[in-house]
Amino acid sequence: MTDELPRTGAAKDAVGETQSAAGEPLLRIEGIAKTFGTFRAVDGVSLDIKAGEFFALLGPSGCGKTTLLRMLAGFEAPDEGRILLGGKDIAQALPHERPINMMFQNYALFPHLSVHDNIAFGLKRAGMARTDIATRVAEMVALVKLDGLEKRKPDQLSGGQRQRVALARALARRPRLLLLDEPLAALDKKLRESTQGELMELQRRLGMTFIIVTHDQEEAMTMASRIGVMRDGKLAQVASPRELYEAPRSRWIAEFVGDVNLFDGEFKLRDGHHLVIATQGAGTLMVAEPREPVGEGRLSVAIRPEKVKLSRRGPVGEIGHAAAINRLEGVIADICYLGGTTTYKVKLGAGGTVQAAVANSARLEADSYSLDQHVVAWFTPDDCVVLPS
Amino acid sequence: MSARRIFARPARLAAIVPYVWMVLFFLVPFGFVLKISLSQTAIAQPPYEPVFDLTAGWAALKPAFAALSIDNFSLLASDDIYVFAYVRSLTVAVTATALLLLIGYPIAYGMARLPKRWQAVAMVLVIVPFWTSFLIRIYAWINILQHDGLLNQILLALHLVSQPVVWLSTDSAMYIGIVYSYLPFMILPLYATLAKMEPALEEAASDLGAPPWQVFWLVTFPLSLPGVGAGVLLCFIPIVGEFVIPDLLAGSNSLMIGQTLWLEFFTNKDWPVASAAAIVLLMVLLVPLLLYERLQKRQLEQGR
Repeated sequence: MTDELPRTGAAKDAVGETQSAAGEPLLRIEGIAKTFGTFRAVDGVSLDIKAGEFFALLGPSGCGKTTLLRMLAGFEAPDEGRILLGGKDIAQALPHERPINMMFQNYALFPHLSVHDNIAFGLKRAGMARTDIATRVAEMVALVKLDGLEKRKPDQLSGGQRQRVALARALARRPRLLLLDEPLAALDKKLRESTQGELMELQRRLGMTFIIVTHDQEEAMTMASRIGVMRDGKLAQVASPRELYEAPRSRWIAEFVGDVNLFDGEFKLRDGHHLVIATQGAGTLMVAEPREPVGEGRLSVAIRPEKVKLSRRGPVGEIGHAAAINRLEGVIADICYLGGTTTYKVKLGAGGTVQAAVANSARLEADSYSLDQHVVAWFTPDDCVVLPS
Repeated sequence: MSARRIFARPARLAAIVPYVWMVLFFLVPFGFVLKISLSQTAIAQPPYEPVFDLTAGWAALKPAFAALSIDNFSLLASDDIYVFAYVRSLTVAVTATALLLLIGYPIAYGMARLPKRWQAVAMVLVIVPFWTSFLIRIYAWINILQHDGLLNQILLALHLVSQPVVWLSTDSAMYIGIVYSYLPFMILPLYATLAKMEPALEEAASDLGAPPWQVFWLVTFPLSLPGVGAGVLLCFIPIVGEFVIPDLLAGSNSLMIGQTLWLEFFTNKDWPVASAAAIVLLMVLLVPLLLYERLQKRQLEQGR
C-alpha cells in the first residue's frame, strides 16, 4: 500500500495513470450540469469510471452528489453534457430504458408487495420467463441471506432485512452499473459496519460496478476504491482513499476528510527539498516540497493529528539529531480519551493550538500526559502537506 | 378497575366521548325510527300508533309492544315503487361514484404532483365552492342548464348543436349536479393518500424497468386504494340517499329512495312506511361499509 502512495501533491498523476491504463471506461461523464431555478446543483462534472470499480461520491449535503446520481439513474435530465455508458450517450434516456439500477436511500420497497415480488418486479418488467424469474429470485434471496422471508411484506422486516431486499431488488436485473444512494444511512453503527464489509465482498464477487453516494467520509474510505469529493456542484478531487487523506488538494478537502491541524503562513525560503514557512500560531515550519508547485506567498500547512508526536523533551535517538524536524513547545490544554486513541490539545508557545492523537497501545497505562504539562509536539517535514491558502 | 382510575386518565375519558355521541345522536334516534317503522299509521298527533305512554306504567307498555308489526316492511317488499326506488338509487349512486372516481383521480393526482406551495392553492380551490350554500349552487346549475342557459348558448355558439338541448329534468342534469357537488369529497381523500406517497416508490418502479403506465398500475394505483375506498364511500353513501339534486335537476318519472321517503313523510303523512324505508336504506348502506371495514382490517393485519 505504502508504495502506491505518491508523494505530496502527486494526486493528479496517479489518477491520470489509472485511467489511461484501463482503456475505454464503462461510464464517462462529460461536462454534466444541472440547474434548479438559479441554483447550479451540478456544475460541469467530468468523470470516468472503469468497469468493476467501487466508486464513492463524497460530499456535504447540498454539494450535488445526489443530483449527479439521479442524473445517472435518469430521474433528472442534465442541462448540459453527456453521459456515456459503454460509449452510448444515455443522458436523455428515461430511467426504465437504462441498464442501470439504483438502491434508494430509504430503500423505496413496494409496501404492497412481498419480498419475493419486490425482487421479481424488475425481472417481470424485463419479460423474463416465469421459471427463470423463480430461479433468479431464489439466487438473490440466497445472496443477501433472506431465506425464509420471501413471503413477508416490507413492514414485517427489520431495517437490516429491508436494506437487503433493496439490494437484492437492485441487483436482480444484473445492471451494468449499480447506484447506491446513502445505502447504509438508516442502519445503526454496528450493523452499518458489518454491512459495509458485506457490500464490498459482494461487489468483488459479482465483479459489478458500484457508485455509492455518501456524506460519511469513513464509509467512503472503507468501501470505495476511488473517491470523488464534491463541493458546490464540482468535483474537488478524485483519488484513492489513501491519497485523499494523505495528499488532499485543498484546505477544504483536508478539513472535510478526517481531522487536521491547519496553520496559515507565508512562504519564506526554499532549503534543499524543504520549504520554510512562517506560520501564525506555530512559528516557522519546514515542509517537504510538493511535486506540484504551490507557488510562493500565502500557504497553509496541514498536519494530521496522528502524525504529531508528543514527548517530554522532544524527539530522541537518530531522528532527534536530524536537522529538519519541526519542534513545537507548549502545554497540554485538553485531553480527550476516545478508547483506541487519546487526543491531546497542545497550546503552543507561539500562540496556536495543535492536536495530537496518540494510540493507547498498552491497557494498564494512564494517560501519558496530564493537563498543563509542558510537552514538545514534533513531526517531520514529510508528514506535512503544504496547500494553497 | 375503579372509577377513580378511569377518570384519572383524560385520554381514557376522551375515548368515551365518541361512544356517548353515537349513543345519544345515533342509537337513540335509530331506536325511535325503528319503533315508528313497526307501528301503524293513524290520523293523530303523532300520526302513528301505538304510542308508548310511560305515564300509564308497565302494564300499558305490554299491549303497545304487542301491537308492533312488520307489515310496513312487507309492504316495501311487495310494492314495486319501493323496489324500483332502491334499485334506481343504487344505480345512480354506482354510476355517479364511478364518474366521480374517473374525474377526481386525475385531478387529485395532478394536485399531489404540484409544487408544495401550489398544492395549498389547489386545495383551497377545491374547497372554495363550500363557501356558497349548496342550494344556491344547485339553483345556479338550473340556470346554466335551462333552455336558453349558459351551456346551450356555448354549444350553439360553437356550432356543436343546431338547436338548444333539453338538459333540465334529465338524468344528465342530475349526474352533472351530483358529480359537481360531490367532487371535493372524492378529491380530498385521494389527494391525501397520493400526496403522502413516497415519490421514490414511483422512481424505483421506473428504475426497475417499468414504463409510466406500468408505474401507475403496479405501484401508484394499488397504493392509493385506501384513498379510493374512502372517496368512494364518502360519495356513494350520501348519493344513495340524495334528495335535493334529483328532485331539482332530474325528471319526476323515476324517483330515488330519498324522494320516496320525502313523499311518504310529507305528502302521504305515512311515517311508519317512511321509517321502514329508511331502515332498509340503512341496512343496504351497511353492506359497503362493512366491506370497507373488513378490507381495512385485513390491511392493518398485513401491516403488522
